[in-house]
Amino acid sequence: MTATLIETTSLRRPEKPARRRGPRSSGRPGRFGDNLTGYGFLCAALICFALFSWYPIIRGVLLSFQQVDFVNPATWVGWANFQKLFADPLFAVAWRNTLYFTLLALVFGFAIPFVVAMVINEFRHAKGFFRLVVYLPVMLPPVVTALLWKWFYDPGPGLFNTLLHAVNLPGLSWLDSSSTSMLSLVLVSTWANMGSATLIYLAALGGIPGELYEASELDGATIWQRVRYITIPHTRFVLLVMMLLQIVATMQVFTEPYVMTGGGPEDSTVTVLLLLYRYAFVYNDFGTASAMSLLLFLALGAFSALYLRLTRTRG
Amino acid sequence: MSNIPMVSVTTKPLPDAEEGQMNSFALRRGLGLLAAAGLGLGVLAGCTSANSAGGGTDAATDGPVTISINGQPPKTQPFDRKIFDEDVAEFQKTHPNIHLEPHEGFMDPKTFSAKLAGGQLEDVFYVYFTDPSTLIARHQAADITDYVKDVPHYNDIQQPLRDVFSDGKGHYYGLPTANYTMGLLYNRKLFTQAGLDPDKPPTTWPEVQADAKKIAALGNGIVGYADYSKSNQGGWHFTAEMYSQGGQIATKNGDKWESAVNTPQGRAVLDNLHQMRWTDNSMGQKQLLELADVQQKMGAGQLGMYLAAPDNVPTVVNQFHGSYADYGLAPMPGGQGTLIGGEGYMINPKASPAKIKAGLQWLQWKFLNPDRFETNLKRYKAQGQPVGLPVPPVADIWTGAVRDKEEQLKQQYATVPVSNYKSYMDGASRLKGNIEPPQAQEIYAALDNVMQGVLTRRDADPGALLAEADNKVKSILAQVK
Repeated sequence: MTATLIETTSLRRPEKPARRRGPRSSGRPGRFGDNLTGYGFLCAALICFALFSWYPIIRGVLLSFQQVDFVNPATWVGWANFQKLFADPLFAVAWRNTLYFTLLALVFGFAIPFVVAMVINEFRHAKGFFRLVVYLPVMLPPVVTALLWKWFYDPGPGLFNTLLHAVNLPGLSWLDSSSTSMLSLVLVSTWANMGSATLIYLAALGGIPGELYEASELDGATIWQRVRYITIPHTRFVLLVMMLLQIVATMQVFTEPYVMTGGGPEDSTVTVLLLLYRYAFVYNDFGTASAMSLLLFLALGAFSALYLRLTRTRG
Repeated sequence: MSNIPMVSVTTKPLPDAEEGQMNSFALRRGLGLLAAAGLGLGVLAGCTSANSAGGGTDAATDGPVTISINGQPPKTQPFDRKIFDEDVAEFQKTHPNIHLEPHEGFMDPKTFSAKLAGGQLEDVFYVYFTDPSTLIARHQAADITDYVKDVPHYNDIQQPLRDVFSDGKGHYYGLPTANYTMGLLYNRKLFTQAGLDPDKPPTTWPEVQADAKKIAALGNGIVGYADYSKSNQGGWHFTAEMYSQGGQIATKNGDKWESAVNTPQGRAVLDNLHQMRWTDNSMGQKQLLELADVQQKMGAGQLGMYLAAPDNVPTVVNQFHGSYADYGLAPMPGGQGTLIGGEGYMINPKASPAKIKAGLQWLQWKFLNPDRFETNLKRYKAQGQPVGLPVPPVADIWTGAVRDKEEQLKQQYATVPVSNYKSYMDGASRLKGNIEPPQAQEIYAALDNVMQGVLTRRDADPGALLAEADNKVKSILAQVK
């Protein structure tokens, strides 16, 4: 549920290109010379990935087993960084909080955009306007969003408690209570990121043939039956992919707890990435931070593989 | 440098149920995301290539030498920038063999290691008092023990401040250039409105409680007393309050450090805060505050008191267009002690002896130079800057005759009401100054929880909070070498 970039290109299976005829086509498709430009572009991308992604990842893995002070050569410390992590009581707390955030984000951040997309899809007019309205929060910088909601949550003159008081309801502590702090962060995250997911769902809904709905209406199907038997089956794969995206992204939640709560109150919003950040940039312990990063990487990798296997089998 | 693995997901509408294609798409997407997760590893690793120190002409002899220095104020602070640049020019004129390469910025823990690893760390770099112990333990600063004896007036600097840059075994790694002792910043206007005497600020914690209650009774969202509980600043203030009650956070027993968090003094700190927050309702509803939140409230005239260093006064006045006459500084309540903090400079561990010598000459000339007290004060006064606060250019770091001279000149050139800070200055020399504990940032992170617990939960158990924090501090101190 972090930043998503929308790129609209068709997924339809490309038509088989007609074989070129002419002097350059000698009947040996894929000849190196024919694809030179393509290889050139590929090289640029590969170099970028190698320099800025793959090499740092490998260095990160090595660093997990080292102690560094950036002055003397790094020393190998075996599993010491991992042992230090497991001995830190906050390590388990951070994982528990992160999983809790992910669960709440699934309940809110996964369901709400789909419902909103279905509602907007039903509009006959001003669809574009509502698409824009839903997408607008995505355009706000994440830190600005977090600071804005911090004011909404202010237990004194904040927007939400003012509204609650206006209808004679008691105000809530929102971020100041460990029982509501995580939920408060999830609401921010959902609001800020639902625009992208809604647009994707809208695109998927737009691909469902209208005749199916017309036929079901003639057969007397209720709204729920139409959703259950037409909408969901036709958007199943989008839903499955979006769920995977969302889980992987929400497991890396950082901005909201960093800006809004600093991990508090009483560690109730310390997430894996926030703890990782502290190890790296507050305690300057890059070895332990890398070990934590590696564990997150492995956990998300294992989860993604399992998820894809399960969904492919069922598909 | 960012450590946030951003998940950039390219995604597209999925018009038809082309299952085989869909599954391979999902697989690619999953792998793509996995790679994005790996960026967390990547970004961290990107900071870690060991390299040599920053370039520049090096000279092992007394010939020309070029040193890079940071601490240059940003252009958004035109006066400070101008003063700094003028000083650089004058220093180079009077020291023709030393060429300075000034860099903007101060200490940023987030980029420090990356700069050191990448050879970008300045030869002379700025630090807060919380930094030296960690940097010394990690060998990230040069040993200057053999050089400091040649630094003029070094022995006139307060010993506890010099010791901030020591490893405790007789070796020194930096010079202090400014110092603060934590005190109580209060709004004189609100004191008057609440029927309190602004010339008699509270000196004990029960008096703080009573005054805060009266100020909060003014209503309109006015808060009597505010305290931090976030971003390690809660732990920092808890430490200061412990010192004010005569307690400690860590004590040294032989070669080992022991936690002193779970003590009657710690309990007194929490009981006091709990009373103000939940019984007196004098601390406001909004908690998880940090420095900027509290300064904003003080600048808006919505806050009576908070614990602060003197440099908060010009910040609050300048940012919120206030008046110096409206603010007063009192010594730390409690009378048992206070937290001392401050700033200074250390030298790149890869710097040559010539660079170390040149760096120390610059630091002494710019920051530790009693011969330039008067010149600096005149320049500040001529430019309409506040003079009279215990902050640079007349930092409170000296002892003996040098300190007396500085105080006399400060009063002579004062442009702000010095009487508003007199009780603070008297207290600063009377109260026992305690430096920050070892592994300060990690300990402060653990102590943030204690503050958060007592300020966000009415039913918080101070004993349980202290016991939990005590365990955490013990494990942090066990790592101190």
